[in-house]
Amino acid sequence: MPLYHDDDQAMLAETASQFMAEEGAIAKQLRHWRDRNCKDGFGHGLWKQFAEMGFTGMLVSEDDGGLGMGSYEAGIVLEEIGRNLTPSPFLASSVLAATALKHADDAARQRWLPGLVSGDLVYSVAIDEGAKHRPERIKTRAEKSGNGFRLTGQKDFVLHGASADMLVVAARTSGADDDADGITLFAVPKDAANMSHDAVRLVDSSMASHTKFEGVELDGDAVIGEVDGGREVLNAMLTAGRIGAAAEGVGVARGAMDMTVDYLKQRKQFGKLIGEFQALQHRAAHLYSEVEIARAVTMKAAQLLDGGSEKADLMASVAKAKVAKAAGLAVREGVQMHGGIGMTDEYDIGLYMKRDRALQEFLGDMYYHASRVADMSGY
Amino acid sequence: MSDPDAFRADVRAWLEANCPPEMREPVRDEADVYWGGRNATFKNDAQKAWFEACRDKGYTVPEWPKAYGGAGLTPAEGKILRQEMSRIGARPPLSSFGIWMLGPALLHFGTEGQKQRFLNEIAAGKIRWCQGYSEPGSGSDLVSMQTYGEDKGDHWVVNGQKIWTSYADEADWIFCLVRTDKENKYQGITFMLFDMASEGVSTKPIKLISGNSPFCETFMDDVKVPKSYGEDIPGYVGQINRGWDVAKYLLGHEREMISGAGGGDRTSAIGAAMKRMAGELDPVLRAQLAMFDVDALAYSAMGEKFLDEMKSGKGHPAQPNMMKYVGTELNKQRHELMMSVGGSRALEWESEDTGGGKPSRNWLRTKANSIEGGTSEVMLNVISKRILDLPGA
Repeated sequence: MPLYHDDDQAMLAETASQFMAEEGAIAKQLRHWRDRNCKDGFGHGLWKQFAEMGFTGMLVSEDDGGLGMGSYEAGIVLEEIGRNLTPSPFLASSVLAATALKHADDAARQRWLPGLVSGDLVYSVAIDEGAKHRPERIKTRAEKSGNGFRLTGQKDFVLHGASADMLVVAARTSGADDDADGITLFAVPKDAANMSHDAVRLVDSSMASHTKFEGVELDGDAVIGEVDGGREVLNAMLTAGRIGAAAEGVGVARGAMDMTVDYLKQRKQFGKLIGEFQALQHRAAHLYSEVEIARAVTMKAAQLLDGGSEKADLMASVAKAKVAKAAGLAVREGVQMHGGIGMTDEYDIGLYMKRDRALQEFLGDMYYHASRVADMSGY
Repeated sequence: MSDPDAFRADVRAWLEANCPPEMREPVRDEADVYWGGRNATFKNDAQKAWFEACRDKGYTVPEWPKAYGGAGLTPAEGKILRQEMSRIGARPPLSSFGIWMLGPALLHFGTEGQKQRFLNEIAAGKIRWCQGYSEPGSGSDLVSMQTYGEDKGDHWVVNGQKIWTSYADEADWIFCLVRTDKENKYQGITFMLFDMASEGVSTKPIKLISGNSPFCETFMDDVKVPKSYGEDIPGYVGQINRGWDVAKYLLGHEREMISGAGGGDRTSAIGAAMKRMAGELDPVLRAQLAMFDVDALAYSAMGEKFLDEMKSGKGHPAQPNMMKYVGTELNKQRHELMMSVGGSRALEWESEDTGGGKPSRNWLRTKANSIEGGTSEVMLNVISKRILDLPGA
């Protein structure tokens, strides 16, 4: 398969681009909800519109009422989300939770997927324990209790955890904290007793929670996939999520870069457009190169994942790390080249910097993923 | 195209039958590279057999039309062939500036007569070409060139000097930019073709910091260049005084080639090989290697996207400049890291262990990557101007 959009994908890109620029625009969504101190950090009305566009269930199979598309198509939508800094539960619900639910039995899929596809419900995932992403180590425990399980532990960086209707929780059902095996995934509904959220607003105005499970009682049918066999599902979810986060990061990078290049063509100093200065031209050209490459490897990773290639996991880490480097450069150069106004809240470039910071941390930063590349390559 | 799976199976079977095991080993030194030409000799029978099999099949230039010595493969088929060759580690059967640079220019600008003659010779490895672009005092700034061809009716008399002409001392013919109009800076250059054995042509190797000298100075002293070598075979490509169009087109191919030869087209992480070499890696060095591998693996994905886009006509015409810039910078970085991993062993300049100082000579050689074919700074200028559309760039 060639590494560019085919006709259908180009049409999807066009549609998503238009929709996000109109309905998901910064003034209409991010600033609107932020300035009202919205407890969810995103608008449910927009999420319903996502559903009407067919985005919410794009990774859900056609048999389950979705569009049966792949990571590549989800990446197209995420890139536009990133460009417009559109706040939504798309990454958590439609990519991460949807990927986990692919592995669930019929009953669980029938219970959770219609609400996701229709946009009536939003989901999230609870993986991290602590400030850094270390999914190799899962401490949260689920012990057998009657016909079900009893969940105890704490999860951090749960995206919009307090407003999610269901959380996919990775917990340990056997073995030691560092074991690969012994993991089970659970679908924990919003109204579960003994679950509490300490919701915090993050630097990018999104909401995340420290979620506590203090003996949450779960039925046996809360299990997604196999008991003790959840690592594989968790990994599938992580790979899809990392590629998705990379795609959103590419959008953030492109949005910041476009703003900056436009600014270089408008701002005058010393009687010249600042874009005439070679010092800035070279930095802009270098930035362009890095962003293009980050975009290419993200598309490649998605293509490998959709094609079932065993290289997808490695390329997902390469993409996540490369995007972190490129998008980090894009937002830093963006703020610097804008000069003083780049530091003002009124101007959007700073919002890109904030979003990038949050995305970089989500599902592993560039150091985590570079180290993974080394591990997987055998050094 | 034909059924891709069937084509792949055919290619696989053909390679199995025709690519000798010795030709599936990595290239170790210059003698492992076959350049063709009038005075060419083969290093061994395997090299000869592999070259001849490919030549007869059209696989020295797989995507050129059959009429000009190619195999007439579609881009998709060409990609499959490259993938299959790379899968078994097959060496290129023929390396040639004729294939990489002159060929694409002739396919685009050449007359039918030129294509029949020169493309077939290139594909069959009969004539080895070199490129005469740069001059002392005009490196990346080609329009300032001084070599002059005086119009004498049916021929020009060319005087001047070229520099950085790779392998000029071993080449049979040269494709050369010559000023034919002193008044017009851009539209006064002609893209000429002539025999290096012509009277008045001489070459002198330039010794580099690596101790090697693939490059030459080339002097032209009253060289007679015919305007025609026969019916429909002009002694120049494109139009007289419009050589700049050809040169620009061709520079795109050169940049593509250099970027392809650069750091990014290797799809496996270098860290693994480095660990085998060094044993234990210092944690900080391991981290540097890992960050490099992220960049290099990402660049290889870009390389694939770039080629797919170029072949489908979707690519931006200035994209080769970006590939060249990043590819050559990465290649320099790769060799800096290899020197660090190699430690004191990598410093050995002449020992047998290092194959005559390969690590350090290669490291020094890569420093030219971001200079030759247009400096990194010139590449950044082109990106600024032609892709980002920045003012006054």
